[in-house]
Amino acid sequence: MSWMAWTWPTAAFFAVIALLLVTFSILAIRFPETPRRGILRIETTRGDRLFITLLGSAFINLIWLGLGLGPQYWALVVCLVYAAAVFRFV
Amino acid sequence: MNKTVNQKAWFLVLPVLVLVAFSAVIPLMTVVNYSVQDTFGNNVFFWNGIRWFEEMLADERMWNALGRQLVFSSIILAIEVPLGILVALSMPKRGFWASFCLVVMSLPLLIPWNVVGTIWQIFGRIDIGLLGYTLDAIGIDYNYTQDFYAAWITVVVMDVWHWTSLVALLAYAGLQSIPDAYYQAAKIDQASRWAVFRYIELPKMAGVLMIAILLRFMDSFMIYTEPFVVTGGGPGNATTFLSIDLVKMALGQFDLGPAAAFSIMYFLVILLISWVFYTVMTNLDKRDAKG
Repeated sequence: MSWMAWTWPTAAFFAVIALLLVTFSILAIRFPETPRRGILRIETTRGDRLFITLLGSAFINLIWLGLGLGPQYWALVVCLVYAAAVFRFV
Repeated sequence: MNKTVNQKAWFLVLPVLVLVAFSAVIPLMTVVNYSVQDTFGNNVFFWNGIRWFEEMLADERMWNALGRQLVFSSIILAIEVPLGILVALSMPKRGFWASFCLVVMSLPLLIPWNVVGTIWQIFGRIDIGLLGYTLDAIGIDYNYTQDFYAAWITVVVMDVWHWTSLVALLAYAGLQSIPDAYYQAAKIDQASRWAVFRYIELPKMAGVLMIAILLRFMDSFMIYTEPFVVTGGGPGNATTFLSIDLVKMALGQFDLGPAAAFSIMYFLVILLISWVFYTVMTNLDKRDAKG
């Protein structure tokens, strides 16, 4: 494993993503759902919304960093607001 | 009748999962690990946080390469898609010549990237290349190793030569699936050639054209071998596209950290665009299925 050059923060990052995937898989099995249409006018399931959230969060973090808007943890706060919005409206 | 629910089929996906894990997921994780560290070799790493990302986002070199890449992808899509449709429309529908055209059209697709690069590199040379020599003989100043425009035109024409067939073949497959009844109806209504194309052929080709655009966009966005062989990214940085720049950084300068941060951003852009294309495609399919 040493060739992969692991660090604690990156391990935690992947652990969180893995945990999210497992949680959403269990949710999908326990509480099956029908896709719905939101403001994007596309059919999405919970998994799709998670994907949109994660991808969007990556871009929010990069834009925050690129524009130098302040400490990075505020970007995470924006991401949480974004995630809530995606799960509510998309 | 009750349907039996059996989830065991998921186990059949396991081999693919293992394959993808080793070919994509584990390397990607390693790249993420590299992107937050610095190294001087010997597998010794130093924590660097998000500074590489900060550096790369402020780096003009990356933005310039991204700009060139977007211009390149837009140009080749703008040429290859209409040209491919035009070729598909003019190909015979059945008989010997239809098969003949299909074989000829697929030939460029069978040639490996580095060979395509080499062919065009020699083709464009002023001393021995047919194209370069001819252009020089009729008085056109053409030198792809020194002139910005010549280099770009060569790289674009090379890609069009290599990949227009793919768009043409896909569009042709779309055209072949249109039943004759549609054309007969159009004839009865005395529809013009343009109306037939606009209201029958184009809607029927929409699905395969989306796939063609997606494939061509992805391939051109990741293009490396052909421009590397022909121009080496030059003259200057004129044809240094994203992946050429990335390889220079990662392998030429051995800047693993910045290159990893660069790769992740490159990956995210590709992921975003693929997702948009995929979503549009699946929604088109659903609309077709309904209508």
